[in-house]
Amino acid sequence: MVSLLSLYLGGGAELLFGSVKEHHVTLPNQSEPWDMKQLLVWIRGNMLKERPELFVQGDTVRPGILVLINDADWELMGELEYELQDKDNVVFISTLHGG
Amino acid sequence: KCVKCKENTTVLIIRAGDAFCRGCFKEYFIHKFRAMLGKNRVIFPGEKVLLAVSGGPASSSMLSQVQEGLSRDAPKKLRFVPGIIYIDEGGASGQSMEERKRAVAQLESVFRATNYHYHIVHLEQVLSLPSSVLEAGSSATGKPPTGSSYKAAVDHLIPTRKNQNQHPDLSVENAQSHLSNLSMQEVQNGVTSPITPEHTQALKRLFASVRTPTAKEDLLHTLRQHLILHTARTQGYTKVMMGDSCSRLAIKLLSNISLGRGASLATDTGFSDPRHGDVVIVRPMRDYSSKEIAYYNRMFDIPSVFIPGLDSKAQDKASIQRLTESFVTKLQTDFPSTVSTIYRTSEKLHTACPPQNTNTQLSAKCLLCVCALDTKLGESHCQCTKMASHHGNGLYSLNKNTQYCVCSFREPETVDLKSLLCYSCRLTIKDMTALDALPQYILSEAERRRSQMREEISEFLLDEEEDEAIPRVNGS
Repeated sequence: MVSLLSLYLGGGAELLFGSVKEHHVTLPNQSEPWDMKQLLVWIRGNMLKERPELFVQGDTVRPGILVLINDADWELMGELEYELQDKDNVVFISTLHGG
Repeated sequence: KCVKCKENTTVLIIRAGDAFCRGCFKEYFIHKFRAMLGKNRVIFPGEKVLLAVSGGPASSSMLSQVQEGLSRDAPKKLRFVPGIIYIDEGGASGQSMEERKRAVAQLESVFRATNYHYHIVHLEQVLSLPSSVLEAGSSATGKPPTGSSYKAAVDHLIPTRKNQNQHPDLSVENAQSHLSNLSMQEVQNGVTSPITPEHTQALKRLFASVRTPTAKEDLLHTLRQHLILHTARTQGYTKVMMGDSCSRLAIKLLSNISLGRGASLATDTGFSDPRHGDVVIVRPMRDYSSKEIAYYNRMFDIPSVFIPGLDSKAQDKASIQRLTESFVTKLQTDFPSTVSTIYRTSEKLHTACPPQNTNTQLSAKCLLCVCALDTKLGESHCQCTKMASHHGNGLYSLNKNTQYCVCSFREPETVDLKSLLCYSCRLTIKDMTALDALPQYILSEAERRRSQMREEISEFLLDEEEDEAIPRVNGS
C-alpha cells in the first residue's frame, strides 16, 4: 500500500533537511502498513542530510521535537505505534533552542 | 474527551495529561496571557511597552497575544502603547549579509502587518552605545506603584455614564491612537543607522576572543540586554516584554545556578525584573510551555521566522546552557511535570530587600549584568597582595578595619575589570583572551568606576614621606 505523505518541518528542524520545510514523500510498498517507528527509520536513512542525532534518538524523535499527525498531538494517536494512512500530514516542530 | 467542554474531540495533551479540543485550547491560551498581565499589575494604561521579538515561536506568539489583547472591544481590553524591537545578531553568529537582510525583510513584513512602531537594531550597534546604559536609572515615580493606584488608574477608563459625561470628547481610544501616531511621526520607522563591514569585523573579533560557548552565550545575552535597554530609554519606553516561555525559564533557572548567578535568580526568572530602575522587564509568556506555544503557532498560523543563532546545531555538551536544556527536555518526556515543578519553585523566589545603608551606591552593581555585586570589597586587598608580591614592592599599609587596601600601587595599563563584576560575569570575562575587544562603553565605564573608587579611598592613602615615620599597623 503506497502512502503519499506530506511532511512539514518547523522550529529549526528544517536545518537538518537542507532548509526545506515542506516535503511530499511516497513511501515504498510493503506488506504491513507503515507505522511511525518505521517512518522515522526511513526518514533517518533517506531524508536527513546531516546530524541524525539531532532529530532521532534511538527509536523515537529527540526530546523537544513536537510531532503532529493531521494537526493532532501524536500522543493521542499512539505515538510510535500509529499506523500511517494515505495522504496523512505529519509535522515535526523543534521546540529546542538550537534547532 | 476534552477536559473542558467534554464534547469535542481532543487534539492536544498539555501538562501531565490534560487533553484539550481546538476551541478550548485557543480560549485557554488567550486567557492565560491576559490573566498573567492582570495578576501582576505592573503595566499601566497608556504606558509605552517595548516588545522584544527575536522571530522565534515564543516572542512571535507574544506579539500575536498583544495584538489580540489590544484589539478586543471589551471594557477590560489591554491598554498600552506597544513598540517592537528586533535585534539582528547575524554578525555574531556568522551569517552573511544576504542571509541577514532576508531574515530582516521577512520579519519586517510581519511587523508591518501589526501596525505597531518597530525598531530593527543590529548587534554591531552595541559598539557605539554610550556608557550611560550601564547606569541604573531611577524609577519614573518616586515610590513603587501600589495596587490601589493601579485600580484607580484602570477604573476611570471603564466607560460608565458618569465618566462619559465628564469627559465627552477625550476618550481613551482617541488619546491612545493619537499617542501612537505621534510616535510614528517623530522617529523614522524601522532600521536605525546602517552598519559597516568594519563594525561586523569588530563584533566578530569580540566573539572570537571568547573561548567557550558558555561564555559566548552569556556575553551575547548581556549585550542584547544592553541594546534593548538603550533603545527603550531613548525611545521613551518604560517597560520591556520578553518572550521567555516556561520551559525556557526552567532551563535558564538551572543553568544560571550552574553559571554562578544564584544570587540573582529571582530577577532573572521572575515576572518582573526591576534591576535597571527606570525600565522594567516583564515576562508575560512565563506560564506557557514550549509545546503549547509551538502547537498554537501551528494551528492558528502565527508567523514566526527561524533564525539560526550561535548555538544552532550545537552538541549537547557544547555549553552549560545546552547541557541543561538537554537534561530538562529529556526529563520532561518521561516526567511531564518537570518543567512546571521548576517553574513553581522559581515563583517562590523573591528578592530580599537589601538593608538600607549609605554604602549602597552605583558601584555596588555589577558592571555587565547590573545585578547587586555578590562579591565582597574586602577581596580587593587580596588582589593587591597578589599584585604587590608579583612586582616586588611591599605593601605600604594594610588597615584591616576599613577593609580597604591602602597600597599606593599604580594601576596597570589594562583596566582591571574583575573587582567591578559579579561572580558569574567574572567567569565570563575570564574566558576572554582579549579584553580590549570589549565595546568602548564597557571599558570607559569600568575606568570611570575604578577612578571613582580610587578617589574614595584616596584619603586613606599614606604619603610616601609619612610612611617611614609611622610604625606599621597591626604588625602586618
